Amino acid sequence: MLRNGENDFGIVTIVLHWTIALLVLGLMVVGFAMRRIELDPALQFSLYQWHKSLGFTALGLALLRAIWWLTERTPRPVPGLHPFEHAAARQTHRILILLGIITPLAGWAVASASTLNMPSLYFNIIVIPHLPLQQSDSAEAFWALTHALLAYVMLALVAIHIAAAIYHQFVRGEAVLIRMLRSGFRRSDAAPVEAGEASEAVAGRNDP
Amino acid sequence: MNARRHLALTAAFALIAMALPARAQAPSLADAAGSYSIATSSRIHFSIGQTGGGGIAGNFAKFSGKFRIDGGNVSRSSVEFTLFPESVRARERRIENFLRSSAVFDTDNYQTVTFRSTRVTQTGPSSANIEGALTARGKTRKERFAVTLTDWDKRSISFTIRGSIRRAPYGMDVGTPIYSNVVEFDMDIKGLRR
Ligand code: HEM
Repeated sequence: MLRNGENDFGIVTIVLHWTIALLVLGLMVVGFAMRRIELDPALQFSLYQWHKSLGFTALGLALLRAIWWLTERTPRPVPGLHPFEHAAARQTHRILILLGIITPLAGWAVASASTLNMPSLYFNIIVIPHLPLQQSDSAEAFWALTHALLAYVMLALVAIHIAAAIYHQFVRGEAVLIRMLRSGFRRSDAAPVEAGEASEAVAGRNDP
Repeated sequence: MNARRHLALTAAFALIAMALPARAQAPSLADAAGSYSIATSSRIHFSIGQTGGGGIAGNFAKFSGKFRIDGGNVSRSSVEFTLFPESVRARERRIENFLRSSAVFDTDNYQTVTFRSTRVTQTGPSSANIEGALTARGKTRKERFAVTLTDWDKRSISFTIRGSIRRAPYGMDVGTPIYSNVVEFDMDIKGLRR
């Protein structure tokens, strides 16, 4: 139940997946609002602090997610998936897992390189030190641009990821979405296995 | 006999020698009696600590004020001071603009910060505590500053003034607890005799 099965995701994967999803989408909204919308300065200040605290949380969970992904088995692809589709999905997941780590790292770099030298006080409890970067206007600008680019690229990929999940679940009737929602989902609950796909899936988690 | 006399003389000279610079170092408030206006060469410095060390510091470029030292009774002295927070200077433009914004001084709606003394208590020949009403962002509270007279002559007078002001009661608590609630003021005030 906790761990992934041959055909289903365990609770750990599912909880990490949706917690990170919620955090990342929330961070996108907060990040966009605090940077691109004219706000009351005091509110903007506090959004920055929330963004950093939530962002560090996302970073921690994304690291756990990556370790879990590397060490835990991946369930077989759902039946009916074209090998090309499976390869594209694997590639997207791999990039999302990577972006989930480097986007907040780049955010941390913004806070660290900023000439404001403002401490990151994680949820007003503990100071998270700056990364050892030189503080200058140009370094800050560089990391801010990098962070924003990574975040919006991730947002685009997330959109594709969501669209694919919805399409496969509801148009093609493949249980890709449902099995990320419900642990213990059995392949027998869905369409029968086709031999070709089963062997393709066994071939290995790390090459699409 | 002679030697002892010599010793006594030396001691007397030594005492005078010590007393002279001491007189210059610790001018007496009562001797500096008079009315003064605060010169623009004064320096109004402030700093706010932040968690983990460092912080924000700056000064105010525009201010005005006057004070009167009562020679007969120092406790009857008084001071009036007006600060224009729009003139805040910090190490970065972003910080200055934030301090001017509605989050802190709200200079669009409150152009001045004022201080009006209500009580002066002498604490030494050249020092005193000044209590008074500080008004910022439309809120008035009793605050206290410690004043030390550092120098004076016929035309001018110099003080250092220190005070720790908690900003939250004035509706300026933004940034706490990353930035301390306490603002340390460190001022070098020059008065010109009126
Ligand atoms: C997955 C995690 C994160 C996501 C999705 C995210 C997303 C965003 C977005 C969308 C923006 C607005 C970019 C723009 O329009 O210019 C932004 C800005 C920012 N983020 Fe993040 N962020 C994350 C993590 C972090 C972390 C961990 C930190 C710092 C500890 C951080 C610090 C910042 C800062 C300082 C800005 C403002 C940059 C600037 O001044 O231009 N972010 N973030």
